[in-house]
Amino acid sequence: MTTSTLAAADTAPMIRLRGVSKWYGDFQVLKKIDFEVARGERVVICGPSGSGKSTLIRCINRLEDHRDGEILVNGVTLDHSMRSVAAVRQDVGMVFQQFNLFPHLTVLQNLMIAPMKIKGVSKDEAEATAREYLLRVRIGEQAHKYPGELSGGQQQRVAIARALCMKPTAMLFDEPTSALDPEMIKEVLDVIVELAGQGMTMVCVTHEMAFARTVADRILFMDKGEIVEEAPPEAFFTNPRNERTKAFLGQILHR
Amino acid sequence: MDKIVENYFNLQVMVEAFPTVLGGFGLTVLVSILVIILGIGVGLGFAVLHCMNSRALSAAIVVYVDLFRTLPQLVVIIFVYFGLPYAGLALSPFATTVVALALVLSAFATEIFHSAIRAVPRGQWEASEALGFTYFRALFLIVLPQAIRLAIPLLTNRAIAISKGTALGTAVALPETLGQAQSVMAIVANPSPLTLAAAFYLTFFIPLVIASRWVERKFSPRSR
Repeated sequence: MTTSTLAAADTAPMIRLRGVSKWYGDFQVLKKIDFEVARGERVVICGPSGSGKSTLIRCINRLEDHRDGEILVNGVTLDHSMRSVAAVRQDVGMVFQQFNLFPHLTVLQNLMIAPMKIKGVSKDEAEATAREYLLRVRIGEQAHKYPGELSGGQQQRVAIARALCMKPTAMLFDEPTSALDPEMIKEVLDVIVELAGQGMTMVCVTHEMAFARTVADRILFMDKGEIVEEAPPEAFFTNPRNERTKAFLGQILHR
Repeated sequence: MDKIVENYFNLQVMVEAFPTVLGGFGLTVLVSILVIILGIGVGLGFAVLHCMNSRALSAAIVVYVDLFRTLPQLVVIIFVYFGLPYAGLALSPFATTVVALALVLSAFATEIFHSAIRAVPRGQWEASEALGFTYFRALFLIVLPQAIRLAIPLLTNRAIAISKGTALGTAVALPETLGQAQSVMAIVANPSPLTLAAAFYLTFFIPLVIASRWVERKFSPRSR
């Protein structure tokens, strides 16, 4: 995208969804979702499994396509054109539940391949950036290992660094700690908290409520394809209004 | 016991047969190498085309694969040698054997590569696309390198099995190892040249099997 559109979009929300609906066959996974994320804002989405929360964030970088409604990311309207999809994917980094590192490449190569092949960054520059981010996620000494030689927590931190190497303006996290052993969850969340502290716009699907409380500006609760409740963390945890939210919080907080 | 030695391990006969069988062996090695290169190359190309989301193309590839996987190699060789001249394409015994066996190997290789591509987890595609790779780049830079590693053990097995089919070239008078051994055998009325031929096969295929193991180990997916 050109700089003029970026400048014009500066005050507009980073991500805006209007009336977004999606079906899997006859089953409606998303029901007229309206949802905005401001620049620098940190939004956590929670909800029971099958509520559509993963589908929702996967629509934001078009890993899933929506049928109705409009999705605007950093001034670009997502449609079927390759150009809009490419523009949005360059702006938005994503971290997956299963890490999805490239197993045939070393950690360093995992971080360098996209900047070099997509942005045309030189090898030296890509490596310098990669090493910088590896240090930031506290994994600098593992640069020449292969993903299979790392623990789950280390792999997820590499995955975060890989997304950051593309210098995204927003990050999507799709249950980043759900596939991790309990003792590794903290090391990954610490990295995300640090990133949040640096002003990165982020949308995070997670069940880690303590993390949500620290990091989120706003928490969304989804159920059956709808956003049922939307509030700042304090209000969300102490005074949920919707019955479904109360039931969910009851289950998740008193385990 | 003496009979066995005299008939199958007759040194004098073997020494006499050696130059002829050696000539055939050179041809066997050359044909095998060409078959492996062509068969695997074409198979990889077809597997990639199979991923292009074109129904017509994929259907054509499926027909090709199923046809050449099911036909016996000898039938393919005979059809190429005796059938194609009617279509104005007359091939030498050498070219016939190479083309026929490469067709068969390419059919298996297409199927092996295609299954391997599909066996790469969906998350690899998603991570590539989320980073901004187009479909083609994700295929060539991320998915294919992993698929090839998965395919190697199956490919080496199949390549060795089909290379042994070079012996079928005898049917179209290709003077390869086995054919040469058989003709000497007929002249001297002693089957020892076959033992010699067997020894030649071992000297070629055992290193090939060892080399394939090495390739498999070198490219096996790394894990802790």
